[in-house]
Amino acid sequence: MAFTRKPQTYSSSINEVTIGTGDKAVTLGGANIMPLYTFDAPAKNKIAVGAEITDTGVDRTLPGIAAFYEGAETVAEIAKRASEMPGADFVALALNGADPNGDNRSVEECVEIAKQVADAIDVPLVITGARNVEKDTELFSKLAEALEGKNVLFVSAREENYKTVAASAVMAYGNKISAESAVDINLAKQLNVLLSQMGIKPESYVMNVGAAAAGYGYDYVASTLDRVKDAALAQNDVMLQMPIITPVSQETWAVKESIVSEEDYPEWGDRETRGVDMEVCTAAAVIAGGSDAVILRHPQSVATISGMIADLM
Amino acid sequence: MALKGLDIFKLTPKTNCKECGNPTCMAFAMKVAQGAIPIEKCPHMSEEALATLSEATAPPMKSLKVGTGASEHTLGGETVLHRHEKTFVSENLFAVSVSADSFDEKLPEIEKIDYERIGERMYVEAVNLEYTDKESYAKLVEKAAGKGRLLILDVKDAEAAEAALEICASEKPILNGATPDNYAQFTEIAKKYGVALGINAPDIDALHDTAEAVEKLGYKELVLDVTADTVKDTFANAVQVRRAALKDGDRTFGYPSIVNLKRIAAGDAHKQTALAALFVLKYGSIIVMEDMSYAQALPLYGLRQNIFTDPQKPMKVAPGIYPLNGADENSICATTVDFALTYFVVSGEMERSGVPVNLLISDAGGYSVLTAWAAGKFSAGSIAKFIKDYEIEDKIKNRTLIIPGKAAVLKGELEERLPEWNVVVAPNEATNLVKFLKEL
Repeated sequence: MAFTRKPQTYSSSINEVTIGTGDKAVTLGGANIMPLYTFDAPAKNKIAVGAEITDTGVDRTLPGIAAFYEGAETVAEIAKRASEMPGADFVALALNGADPNGDNRSVEECVEIAKQVADAIDVPLVITGARNVEKDTELFSKLAEALEGKNVLFVSAREENYKTVAASAVMAYGNKISAESAVDINLAKQLNVLLSQMGIKPESYVMNVGAAAAGYGYDYVASTLDRVKDAALAQNDVMLQMPIITPVSQETWAVKESIVSEEDYPEWGDRETRGVDMEVCTAAAVIAGGSDAVILRHPQSVATISGMIADLM
Repeated sequence: MALKGLDIFKLTPKTNCKECGNPTCMAFAMKVAQGAIPIEKCPHMSEEALATLSEATAPPMKSLKVGTGASEHTLGGETVLHRHEKTFVSENLFAVSVSADSFDEKLPEIEKIDYERIGERMYVEAVNLEYTDKESYAKLVEKAAGKGRLLILDVKDAEAAEAALEICASEKPILNGATPDNYAQFTEIAKKYGVALGINAPDIDALHDTAEAVEKLGYKELVLDVTADTVKDTFANAVQVRRAALKDGDRTFGYPSIVNLKRIAAGDAHKQTALAALFVLKYGSIIVMEDMSYAQALPLYGLRQNIFTDPQKPMKVAPGIYPLNGADENSICATTVDFALTYFVVSGEMERSGVPVNLLISDAGGYSVLTAWAAGKFSAGSIAKFIKDYEIEDKIKNRTLIIPGKAAVLKGELEERLPEWNVVVAPNEATNLVKFLKEL
C-alpha cells in the first residue's frame, strides 16, 4: 500500500497579534497546524526573531558581539544597529538595570532609554522588565504612557500585577502585553482567563509560558508547550490560543555553559561559541514546541535561527 | 491498530474460569487492552485468537537493538508522540560522520567528548562511515571497528558493503545503504550478516514503497533514513514517518529513523546544533552530525536528557559534597535537595556569584524544597544525619551552613541538632543568591 498522507489541520487557530507599526510591523500567531508542520498546511505568519539589547550596555567581552556593535555607543546607536541585525524582526529591550536587587535604575531613566530606543528603530519594540513584580508594575505603566502609539509589547504581566499592567499598557495606551506563567498549563490558562475577564481582547496579548535553558529542566518547558498547543488546536481551548513569545537569551546566557571561561574549563573551548550553541539549541527547541517569537542576544544566534525558520516555513 | 477491551473479550472463552488470576474474562480483557498483562496468561485462548491478538497488540514502532557490548543501544519502541502522554523510551543517539580522509583527525575529537551528567555517560555513541571508494572503505571500517561505538555503514555499493561487513558484522552495525534501486540485494546482505538495514529514498512515497518491499522479502530489522535534500523535507519526513506509525497505525513506517545533518547543513556547526535540537524533539532516532564539539554537546546532551527523562520520575543528582568555585575546607557550606532542577538552578547561581561554596546535597527523594519538606524528606533530622554520615565536620572546617529560604522553618531545630554551626537562611528565590552570597 502506498503511503497515505493524513494532514493534521485544525478548524481552530492561534490568535493573531500584531506588534509595531508601519511596513515593519510583525504579526505573531495565526497557525492552524502543529508548530512547523508546514507539510500539513502553510503557516500563516513567520516565526519572529528578536535582537536583545539592554539598558546596561553591550557585553563587549564577547568578540562577535563587540564586532557587531562596534562604533555604536549611545543607546540610540545600539538600538539602530540591533534593528539592522540580519534576521532580526524586532528589537527587545531588556531593562535589566531596573532590578532593585541590581543597579536599581529609576523608572524615569528607563523611560528615557526606552524612548531613545523607540525613536531610533523602525521595527517593532518589545520591552522586558526587571523581573521584579513591584518595579515592573510601575515601569510598564510609565513606559506604556511614554510609548503610546508605538504598539510596543511588554514582557510580562504576571498573576501579581496583571490588573495594573493590563489596564495601563493595553486599555489606557493601546500597547500589547505578554501574560507570564511558570511552566504550568493551568496557571497559563488562568492568567489568560483573568485578562479576558478584564476585557482585554485576544488581539492584545500574547503569553510567555516559561523558559529554561537546554538541560536545565527543559523537560517541563517541552511538555508545557506540547500541552498548550494540543489544547489550543486539538481541543479548541480559546483561553490557550494566544501566540507564545519566549525570552530565550535571558535563560541561556545565565547558565554555566555560557559563563565559565576557557581558562577555567579548557576542554570546553571558546566561551562565545558555547554561548551561541546553548542559545540556538534552546531556541530551536522552543520553536519546535510552538513559540511564535524568540528573543536572542548574539548576532550569530539570530542569523542561525532565522535561517532555520526560513528553511522550515 | 490497538484493540479495545471489548474486542479482546470477544476472543476469550467467556467462561470466567479465573485461571488467569482475574475474576472475569471481561476484567482480563480490559487489562490486556491496557497492556497490563500479556494475552498468554489465559490458558484457553485458541491458536487463531492468539494469532489475531499478537498481530493487533504488537507495538506500533519496532524496538531495535543495534551494536554490541557496551555500545549496544535500543532504538525506537516509542508508543506516544509527546512525552507527557506517557514517556519516550529510547534516547536518540548522536553520531559523527567520518570518511577515510578525515578519520584520523576526527577520532581524537570524538573521543574528547566523554563526561557524566546526572548519572549518565555523555559521549558520541555512533560513527557514520562515509563511502568514497572500495579500497579506502575497508580500511576505514577496520580503523573504526573496536572503538566502542556503534558503526553506521553509509554505503550504497553492495560489494563494498559486504567487504565492510566481513570486518565488522560481529559489532552489529547498521547497514545504511538500501535504496529503491538496490533494496533486494541489500536485504540479502543484511540478512546474511544479521544486521539492521537502513533505507533511504528520494521522497517519502518511495521510502514507504521500499520499506514495504523489504518487509515483503521477510526482513524487518529496519531503520528509515529520512534525510532529504532540504531541511524542510527532512523535517517533514521525520514527523510524517513517526506520526503515521504512532497515530495512524502505519506499521511500514514503524521503525527508528536516521537524520544526517551533514547532508543538509554541511559546514555550519551552529545550524547543525539548532537542527539537532529540532530532531531530538521531533523524532530523530539517530542524529548524524559533521562534528561534535563540547560547545554543541553540552546543550544537546542536556536537552536530550531532559526530553527522554520519564515525566513520572523526577531527575535526581547523587547525594554528596559539591565544591563550587574552588571551595575547600575553609569555605562555607550550603544545602539543598537532590531534585536535579533545583540543583542546577542553585549551583548555577552560586557559580555566578564567584563565592566558594561547598554545596551539600542530601537524598530528598528527588523532590523540590517545599515538596520534600512537606514529605518529611528534607528536615533538620535529614540534614543533620547527612552531615554525620558524610563526615562533613571532619572534612570541612568552616561552620556556616546556608539553608534554602523556603525551608527557613528548619533553622531553629537545626541549630539545636548542630550546635557548632551558624545556620543562615538564604533568600526564597535562587535568582537572589548572587547578591546574598556576595554580601554574606
